[in-house]
Formats: sequence, structure tokens, C-alpha cells
Amino acid sequence: MDANGRPKFEVEDLDFFYGPVRALRQVSIRIRRRKITALIGPSGCGKSTFLRCLNRMNDTIAGTRVAGRVLLEAEDIYDPEADVVELRRRVGMVFQKPNPFPQSVFDNVAFGPRVLGLASGRGELEELVEKSLRRAALWDELGGRGEEPAMSLSLGEQQRLCIARVLAVEPEVILMDEPCSALDPIATLKIEDLMRALSQDYTIVIVTHNMQQAARVSDFTAMMMLDESRSGTIIEFDQTRKIFTLPADQRTEDYITGRYG
Amino acid sequence: MTTPRKTTATRAGLDHALHTIEDGVLRLGEMVDVAIQQALRSLAERDTSLARQVVNADAAVNRLRFETEEACLALIATQQPAAGDLRTVVAAMNIVSDLERMADHAAGIARIVLRMGDEPLLKPLIDIPRMAEACRQMVRDSLEAFVRRDAEAARAIAGMDDTIDGLYHQVFRELLSFMVEDPGTTTRALYLLFAAHNLERIGDRATNIAERVVFMTSGEMRELNPEPRDTAHLE
Repeated sequence: MDANGRPKFEVEDLDFFYGPVRALRQVSIRIRRRKITALIGPSGCGKSTFLRCLNRMNDTIAGTRVAGRVLLEAEDIYDPEADVVELRRRVGMVFQKPNPFPQSVFDNVAFGPRVLGLASGRGELEELVEKSLRRAALWDELGGRGEEPAMSLSLGEQQRLCIARVLAVEPEVILMDEPCSALDPIATLKIEDLMRALSQDYTIVIVTHNMQQAARVSDFTAMMMLDESRSGTIIEFDQTRKIFTLPADQRTEDYITGRYG
Repeated sequence: MTTPRKTTATRAGLDHALHTIEDGVLRLGEMVDVAIQQALRSLAERDTSLARQVVNADAAVNRLRFETEEACLALIATQQPAAGDLRTVVAAMNIVSDLERMADHAAGIARIVLRMGDEPLLKPLIDIPRMAEACRQMVRDSLEAFVRRDAEAARAIAGMDDTIDGLYHQVFRELLSFMVEDPGTTTRALYLLFAAHNLERIGDRATNIAERVVFMTSGEMRELNPEPRDTAHLE
């Protein structure tokens, strides 16, 4: 199977433990490249935990353990030999609350490239920053105010700055954990527009509580829920269109029609 | 198995809105049933004042159709229904449109009665009342299938439409032979033919409703009575 036929991620029988607690049970999913995949489900069902498994962010939490495989381009990211720093460059993350560094816009975006040595010289760096800010639909709005402190931007702009920061290190995948929860409706729509544009080049996985957003923006949707043993698992995964018009599982239907919790 | 928790007020509001829509559909169905019944009686009994009643009642049908459509629109706008709820609302919008057209056809029969005036019926009515009864049955059955979300019952309705089509072709052939033998009967034959044609259209509309019920329950959109390729039997 060539690169275009193969999914970006193949997750196989993933179990995840916080100490003795099994938070994820036998999660298996194939995430398609250059598509937007949404993870929906009730609070606490393991969506964010699963998202963080895709770039090993959970490693930073003490006492966590993983079983099963997460293949990025057919290579297991949990292989003991795997380069985790490189993984997190390839698989970037945007969080619910925008978290720019307390520095200028420019320095925020330049941080990653500087650390990774992606640009040789100021000129290249400036090009890279501009490209990232343009890609994040922020360049025009800033109008050259690169030296402006990041914290003086609106929340919506800050979130796009965080996206630009991820883009600056030239990732393949962008993970988004409820990226619009803190934003007003207009800022939200701008981020959704941006996601659609970015999905031409990047694979996007988004966790969202907002079902209309999942329906609007994603190509595929995975419905997660706690099973009888209170571990999170995927109960249904399909094209978004199908999930929202004719879900196969009654639990999915109950959730998206508001009959469940 | 997940047990639904206590219903939220939002969900209850949505259920209430769906109920109102379902109610609108059923009331329209009743109005259609009355219209067909009265139109046929006005034809059989040559009762022009009853015929006029049927024609006048059509305005109320149109009003209820639009009210129900508006309720569907409001539900979509304010509740963003998904999955089964969405299919129900979309099905309801299509069904009330079909019901309204059925009432139009019943009113069409009543208008024929008004146009006929005092002219005697060309022949005793036998097949036409049978068609009307079959139509009323199809309307009742399709709306019951709607309420019970019964795709099987809906699929079975298509069979009745075949019966109506068969009767129509019989009527057609019979009236045609009248007209061929005695061109003087043409006007009166055509009155009856148009009446039968209106009933045949009502049967088709009832099949549409059945298709919508199948769609609503299974998500499958399919013609229940595909066009027969061989139409030679019409000659």
C-alpha cells in the first residue's frame, strides 16, 4: 500500500493506564491523512487522554502506562528507540486555553525553529515566521506588528498564534483539544475556516464538546464512551455525515440527540 | 447498555416540538381522509353543495401544511436536530407536502362535480369508489407506519398502489371504449376519467409517504414502486 493509501495513524488495541486505573480500553482506529477527525463523547470518557497518546504528551504525567501500538506512518511511536522530541515536532498540539509565551508574537513563532535549528540566519527565520503567521490567517490581521506582545492579542488571535507556533516547526499532524471552547462564535468560525484550509496539508484530530462543530468541520467522527468497566473506548467511527444522519449504534444516537446526559 | 439520565429541558423541548409536528401530520391526514370521502360522496350523490364544501376546506389544509412546515423549520434552526430526529423532521416536511397535494386532488374531484352540474353520470360508479377506498386505506396505513416508525408496514403499502393503478387502467379502458363507440359520451367520460386520475395521483402520493417513512426509520431513500418497463398493457 503506498503512502497515500495508508492511514496517517493506525492505533491498535491501545490500553492506557493512569497508575492502576485503565482509562482507555482496546482503542483501535485508523486516522486518515489530510482529513479532519473529530472525537466526541461525554465528559471524562477519555477523549483528551487518547489525543495525548498520539504525541506521547501523557509521558509527562507520572505513573502512566501504555499497551498496544500507535503507528505513525507505520512506525510505532511507543517504540523504546523512538525520538519523542521529533514526534512532538511532527505531531503538534493546540490546547483549549490559548497559551502563548509571554513574549512577542515573533518570538513565539520563532521559538520552535530556533530550538530545532530549522533556520540558518535571521532572514530565513523571518521568512519561516511570516509563512507560519500567514498559514494561521494571522499575518494580515497583525499588519506587521510582529514585535507586539503576544498577550496583547485577543483570545482568538492568541489561539491562531498557537497554531502558527505549531506550524512553524513543520508538522504533519495537528492535534486540537477543544481549541474553540474559550473563544467567541466569530473567533470560533475563523478557527474552523482555518482548520479546513490546513487540512489540505495536515492531518487534524480534534476533541470537541461542541457537536455542531464536529458536524460542521470534520470529515470523520469517532464516538467515545466509558464502557462497563469505566474505561474509555471508541464505540463508533464513521464519516461525519453518516454519524450525524444515521448512526449505527444506539448509544451514539442517544448522545448526539441529547438523550444521554 | 446506557440508561438515559433524566431528560434535560432542552431535550424535552425538542420532544415537544416533534410531537407538535407529528400532530400536524396526523391532523392533515384526517383532513385528507375527509376530503376524499366527501369528494366521492359528492360525485356519487351529485351533491354540489358538498362538493363546494370540499373545495372551500382546501384553504384550511394549506394553512395547516404551512404551519407544520414552519414548525419543522423552527425546530431545525433552534435545535440542530441530528440523526433520527433530523430524519423525522425532514420526512415530516415532505409528508405534509404530499398530503397537501392529495387534498388538492380531492378538491379536484369536487371541482369536477361542480362542473358536471346536472349532467347524469355516464355509468354507475363501481371502480372509482373502490379506488377511493384504497386511497383512504393507503393514507391511513402510511400515517400509522409514520407514527409507529414501522418500515416494514411502509414497504407493504406499495402493494396497494398497484391495486389502484390496476383499477385506474380498467376505468381508462372502459371509458375509452365508451368514447370510441359513441363520441357523444366524451364529455361525461372525461369527467369520470379525470376523477379517476385524481385518485390515481393520490395513490402515488401515498406511496411517496411510505417511502419517506422507510427513509425516516432506515435512512434508506428508495422508490418503492419503480416504473414498469412494459407499458403495453395500457393500450
